Amino acid sequence: MKFSDQFEARFADMLTHYPTKRSVLVPTLLYAQDEVGYLNHDVIHEIAQRLDLTELEVHNVISYYSMLTTKPRGKFNVQVCTNIACMLRGGEELLDHCKTKLGIGHKGTTPDGMFSLEEVECIGGCSWAPAVQVNYDFHENLTAEKMDEVLDGYKRN
Amino acid sequence: MASLVSHPDEVKVVSKRFGKGATDIDRYLELDGYKAVQKALGMQPDAIVNLVKDSGLRGRGGAGFNTGMKWSFVPKQSPKPKYILCNGDESEPGTCKDRLIFEHDPHSVIEGVVIAGIATGSHAGYIYIRGEYRYLLEIMQKAIKDAYARGFLGKNIFGSGYDFEVYWHGGAGAYEVGEESALMESLEGKRGIPRIRPPFPAVVGLWGGPTVINNAETLASVPHILLGGAEWFAKLGPPKNGGTRLFCLSGHLNHPGVYELPMGYNLKKMIYDVGGGISNGRELKAVVPGGSSCPVLTASEIDVSMDFDSMMKAGTMLGSGGVVVVDDTTCMVKFALRIMKFYQHESCGWCIPCREGTDWLKKTLTRFHHGGGVKKDIDNIQYLSENMLGRTFCPLGDAAAMPMISIVKRFRKEFEDHLEGRPCPFEKAGAAERVPVLA
Repeated sequence: MKFSDQFEARFADMLTHYPTKRSVLVPTLLYAQDEVGYLNHDVIHEIAQRLDLTELEVHNVISYYSMLTTKPRGKFNVQVCTNIACMLRGGEELLDHCKTKLGIGHKGTTPDGMFSLEEVECIGGCSWAPAVQVNYDFHENLTAEKMDEVLDGYKRN
Repeated sequence: MASLVSHPDEVKVVSKRFGKGATDIDRYLELDGYKAVQKALGMQPDAIVNLVKDSGLRGRGGAGFNTGMKWSFVPKQSPKPKYILCNGDESEPGTCKDRLIFEHDPHSVIEGVVIAGIATGSHAGYIYIRGEYRYLLEIMQKAIKDAYARGFLGKNIFGSGYDFEVYWHGGAGAYEVGEESALMESLEGKRGIPRIRPPFPAVVGLWGGPTVINNAETLASVPHILLGGAEWFAKLGPPKNGGTRLFCLSGHLNHPGVYELPMGYNLKKMIYDVGGGISNGRELKAVVPGGSSCPVLTASEIDVSMDFDSMMKAGTMLGSGGVVVVDDTTCMVKFALRIMKFYQHESCGWCIPCREGTDWLKKTLTRFHHGGGVKKDIDNIQYLSENMLGRTFCPLGDAAAMPMISIVKRFRKEFEDHLEGRPCPFEKAGAAERVPVLA
């Protein structure tokens, strides 16, 4: 299992931040997922070994956090918030629009592996609702038209 | 990047550096940055605690506990290291204020953490930022690095002989982790399951050491209190409710946004003046005054002062400052269902009343909203919610129950309008299918 130099440098640095090794687990899993795409067996095995944990203990943590996944996702993960503040300003309609436009449902991935779609809970875009996160990028005050532009923008990349 | 708004009634304390490039450490220093921490280094720890106590600063995460008081619970002598933990796991629906603080003024949070450390005799602090806020974690990582490079953090800070380390920490998506004991579990690399109290974190916290846990906005307020004085800060708001508050206005408003208003600002004025009134010329139906866990208010109940004590008296809470405004086209049954869907998703599953209660409420509300409700369900929703209250180890059970009880009490007629297989009176034909039965 090989991670990037940046990952290794950050990992080594983080280990010096805490009195216990295990404390680096949650952010490390997310950074590993960013590089590999999802937390496959090799990643879990590697991280468990490095932190003197069992694979089961790592799985136990992964299953708790909604951003961590053991299944592959699209290159761009479109996360549409439909919680109250977004719902009042068209979040559900936006989710429906994305479903139609991408031809996939909640937690689905397009056949070309480009996009996956997820209905998510509050992402902290309430005052700029409806809000969507594509991977880590925020897109706010959206309409169906603006959403199309956002998705087309990612497609071109 | 979240856009900024302004209103003449605003009193900018925590937001005073927003939009002024204060993420840059030199710019921050020009704007009185790191002066408060230097002042704190010259003070007795007890004097800092008393100053913060007298300022009337209360926890901005939602509970509203006096911050100085919280600090005073930390034992002076401790065989284990003491810690400061900044809670930046902002996840309460309706709340988006800490995001702006991290984006525009990260050094103020660092300064607040260091001052809290000096006041309690701690030498290390952690700033926990939710996983979704990756760009803010990056801003914070740079801010911490810059502060170390200047000798503001680390060994012998500002040449004072005092050592203080500050570390960043990122989450990975969990509302429950915003609860203080679950936050510590998460930081220790575990599932965010709350801890049983007592012992309280001030005595036994991170890795068994005494720990102060404060919200990011609370800590960002601290440097301003050190520089402006307790009396000045206390006088910004009504008695025992010092300072200002970042109110996140959202929902059916003409001018939603995050506004910094004095504590005790009138809610009606906030909606109609600051927020520009209800959008599309509609009428106000309900307000969630402080994040989705607060009991909702009806249009006739909004002439209240937005401070912790007045809101308590009005039967609700000031909470986290997330004001969600709901107009008269909204179905309150659906609104309740969406809130419950959230809590059901976020319940950690440890306490049975919360795990089973949120699940049954979600199922009942889903069936009810789809026209499959019977009259007895209405009482059952209320009864189930009331039996969750105070019966869980952490406040998530209460957070799910309180809005339900208030919605059933205040909007019972809307529930009755859904009975006998009638379609939801607020839905366009067919649109009810949108709410999945089991998501």
